[in-house]
Amino acid sequence: MSSLSRDDVAKLAGLARIEMTEAELLELSSQFGLILDAVARVQEMDLSGVKATSHPQPLENIARADEVLPSLSPEAALSAAPAQEDSRFRVPQILGEAE
Amino acid sequence: MALPTYDEVIAKWDPVLGLEVHVELNTKSKMFCSCATEFGAAPNTQTCPVCLALPGALPVVNKKAIESTILIGLALNCKIAPYSRFARKNYFYPDMPKNFQISQYDEPICFDGYVDVEIETDEGLKQFRIEVERVHMEEDTGKSLHVGGATGRIHGADYSLLDYNRAGIPLVEIVTKIVPGTGKYAPEVAKAYVAELRDILRGLKVSDVKMEQGSLRCDANVSLKPIGSDVLGTRSETKNVNSLRSVERAIRGEMIRHAELLNEGKKVKQETRHFQEDTGLTRSGRSKEQAEDYRYFPDPDLVPVTPATIWIEELRATLPERPSLRRKRIKEEWNVPDKEMAAMINADVLDIVEATVLLGADPTKARTWWLGEISRIANDQNIAITDLAITPKDVAELVALVASGELTDKLARQVVEGVIAGEGTPSEVVAQRGIKVVNDDGALMAAIEKVCAEQAETAEKVRGGHLPAAGALIGAVMKETKGQADAARVRELLLGHLGQAN
Amino acid sequence: MIHKSAAEMAKALTNGETSSVELTQLHLDRIAAVDGDVKAFLHVDTQGALDQARSVDERRKSGEKLSPLAGIPLALKDVLAQKDVPTTAGSKILQGWLPPYDSTVVSKLKDAGIVIMGKTNMDEFAMGSSTENSGYGPTFNPWDLTRTPGGSSGGSAAAVSSFEAPLAIGSDTGGSIRQPAALTGIVGVRPTYGAVSRFGLIAYSSSLDQAGPFGRTVLDTALLHEAMAGHDPKDATSINAPVPAVVHAAKSGDVKGMKIGVIKQLQGEGYQKGVQARFDESLQVLASLGAEIVEVDCPSFEYALAAYYLIAPSECSSNLARFDAMRYGLRVGDKDGASAEAVMSATRDAGFGREVKRRIILGTYALSSGYYDAYYGSAQKIRTLIIEDYAKAFAKADVLVSPTAPTTAYKIGEKVDDPMAMYLGDVATIPVNLAGICGMSLPAGLADEDNLPVGFQIMAPAMQDQRLYQAGAALEAALLTKWGAPILSQAPALKGA
Repeated sequence: MSSLSRDDVAKLAGLARIEMTEAELLELSSQFGLILDAVARVQEMDLSGVKATSHPQPLENIARADEVLPSLSPEAALSAAPAQEDSRFRVPQILGEAE
Repeated sequence: MALPTYDEVIAKWDPVLGLEVHVELNTKSKMFCSCATEFGAAPNTQTCPVCLALPGALPVVNKKAIESTILIGLALNCKIAPYSRFARKNYFYPDMPKNFQISQYDEPICFDGYVDVEIETDEGLKQFRIEVERVHMEEDTGKSLHVGGATGRIHGADYSLLDYNRAGIPLVEIVTKIVPGTGKYAPEVAKAYVAELRDILRGLKVSDVKMEQGSLRCDANVSLKPIGSDVLGTRSETKNVNSLRSVERAIRGEMIRHAELLNEGKKVKQETRHFQEDTGLTRSGRSKEQAEDYRYFPDPDLVPVTPATIWIEELRATLPERPSLRRKRIKEEWNVPDKEMAAMINADVLDIVEATVLLGADPTKARTWWLGEISRIANDQNIAITDLAITPKDVAELVALVASGELTDKLARQVVEGVIAGEGTPSEVVAQRGIKVVNDDGALMAAIEKVCAEQAETAEKVRGGHLPAAGALIGAVMKETKGQADAARVRELLLGHLGQAN
Repeated sequence: MIHKSAAEMAKALTNGETSSVELTQLHLDRIAAVDGDVKAFLHVDTQGALDQARSVDERRKSGEKLSPLAGIPLALKDVLAQKDVPTTAGSKILQGWLPPYDSTVVSKLKDAGIVIMGKTNMDEFAMGSSTENSGYGPTFNPWDLTRTPGGSSGGSAAAVSSFEAPLAIGSDTGGSIRQPAALTGIVGVRPTYGAVSRFGLIAYSSSLDQAGPFGRTVLDTALLHEAMAGHDPKDATSINAPVPAVVHAAKSGDVKGMKIGVIKQLQGEGYQKGVQARFDESLQVLASLGAEIVEVDCPSFEYALAAYYLIAPSECSSNLARFDAMRYGLRVGDKDGASAEAVMSATRDAGFGREVKRRIILGTYALSSGYYDAYYGSAQKIRTLIIEDYAKAFAKADVLVSPTAPTTAYKIGEKVDDPMAMYLGDVATIPVNLAGICGMSLPAGLADEDNLPVGFQIMAPAMQDQRLYQAGAALEAALLTKWGAPILSQAPALKGA
């Protein structure tokens, strides 16, 4: 039986940037046993030598020419911004450093 | 305990380098959408549903970006992968609209290459081979402006403003294998490597390679191990290294910082550090709450890149001369002394000087103009020499005018000023300003006689054999003729007039 | 008029018996009358629809040659971006978002003169099989308002089956068109992956998502299929090939000599008795029409569900990262010096529903370092095996068939707290998505035990979508003769109608 502890879920929620209450963490942790058991069935078959398929169609080398097309107007680009200032998206203070 | 000196560091420790260089390609449109890539455009004027990551938008890769990356790979002696894919690098950051970066992970387009660099060592010129692990494609992030707090820094800012014009501009990342064995020359080797990369990329015409504008950025990994040891030390990664000089400074600084920690028995922390242009030191990045796990996986919105061999060979055939070979050739063909060659490379004028020479100018004269007067004006105006309104064609014309005696060097300088001021080609400036060499000996003699009469005492000294005194008289004659006389002819006539002709 | 097929409405428009404005108004009236109970729509764009209808009428009057469905109203799943019309993907996190651009599907609909009446309800970000996961409350099955219409395209399916719209568009990542079509007694097609542009389709799972048509007849569905499909340079996964001749196939429906493969793994145990009975009956009908019925073995299908519930959550965990309160959509907790990081987390907590969070967390886990190979990596290999199973099966049969869903429509609330039970409902539809091929569900009658619609699924190889319509039209015609009237005529009348 697979399981994910409350702390495992909390770590995943951190990676996924989702705040979770204690109740949510515990609920998910309790549901995950069953779900993981079900999905872990993919490991039942002998998959050695089987190629991975990440895409259903065998397409390759799809690219566009290096041409400029009109962009959105800055008004349209910013139209849904929760906050803006000087034609820029205004966001709360950022704690982490950029990559 | 005082900081160890650099000599103390290298007496005990052996540095190991790793360099990651990000290059913004100069494609017209972005990596995955058709927005323009102009530097310095008004905020958020070069964005669309794709590069803003609006719901539903999809990326389509720019063919030119793939082509440029293959060219880079070929120029760096890499193998080109017959099959490579884009992968998503997942992490949250406000400057990255999708909260994942489209990059390449375990299937980069180019791999296993090298770059040779040459630096001056105590034993003379020495070549170092920097092995390139991979060259891959990715996309740039937007730009944040931090408001409030101190001097636009992220720390202590009240909020940030985001401009996504840069988001999605094609980036190529060039990653070296670890570079051992550079010893005390580590900082110079790193600098030479970045300089060589810059020259290669410029030769390929795939990037503006302007470090000051961020189109070429270097992250430097440094670690120290005791001399003779095989065990690698813990590395730090220094970001924001935005000039060639900073590459050298940052590595030197990190070597000293590491050595200090290690000498005190402390551990070097594996972390990201940020280079500070003002102090030349690095500071620690704010540590993350938890280790990042980028959860790379193949991007399902994009399909594999499988460049045909014939296409790769076509691209290989277009590769320009390798910069190191070109420098060697130029140095020999033009007979340039070492110091002058270094000066040209440092001042970044090799291309324009060569262009000028190709237009018929004498290499020495061409070099002198670009390195001298024109460089001085560029420095004064604090702009790049290539951004001045004077072209190799203008300089070639100027050199020809001087050679034919129509201009003196001094007059030619006025012409250069005129050209740079936008007054036209050298001939146009000469015509408009009415500049001409006074080569009428009669007019010159009149001026000489006038000056000798006015400065009779000095003239007597010269007549008595004290030749250095002639300088003042020549200067006065030149002034009298408004600089239009040929100084050599003035000297000849003056000395003749005062009975000192050879 | 609203009970006619879209093809018949189109004829009436061409003959001048009615106008698009009149037709659109009739449907808007129907929506006003019954949607309070059905709740198929999240947004009805009355003005936009009438403006579009008027413009088509004018073009028709001026003698312009119009496309076959010009002037016909349609319901659009809220997963497709439509410029300046609220688009939410059923999520609170996108409440009030007005896209500044049209999805390619919407552009094609507009170009074809098809009148978009509004946006239909769906499971949030298409994650679900009952439309109960919508951030805006469930949609109710017109056959029985205490039951779900299926999902995730439940709003679109319910709109068509309740005669609010003759046509609708859905999206199908694991069965989200076929299963609600089955549960509401209509026709739904998931086209071949890459046949319909995904540009502007809000992504759930990029390698599985595909928009497709709903109609009340096979021909209507084909007409819409043809209008929405085609190569799009804005979607790198779009197939650059002509759209299969689906309308021609729907008109010529014929299974004589066709080999029809019954997938051993997709019947029998786990399938409701009435569902299996209607399926077997349809097989007999097909055989009586001259089809050759063969059995095919697809052993890896047993693992399809597990593979799907790794691949889709993995891709969604990344696709949904963009909903971060920075550029658009909901922003929660931006006060008292809260950090961007805290605002992102609080917004994603408040804006996403339970199922979406569950799948994001599952996907984050499946991709995380140390688990990738065991979960995501293995799932991708299962995907290869499923593709191989299909290839072998299609070597023996022209089309493959199965019941669309193991059960008829279930009660609202019945499975909402049991994610695994809900997931099992997708067992027969998921293999098509994993392999990127095409599938259709069409009504096979009503289950004896509950008098609710049963769907018959037809599957065909990639870019052979016309085979679905060829077989589907033949079965549809034979069943219609048998029943004497379309299945929907047996649905109970809705209040207010």
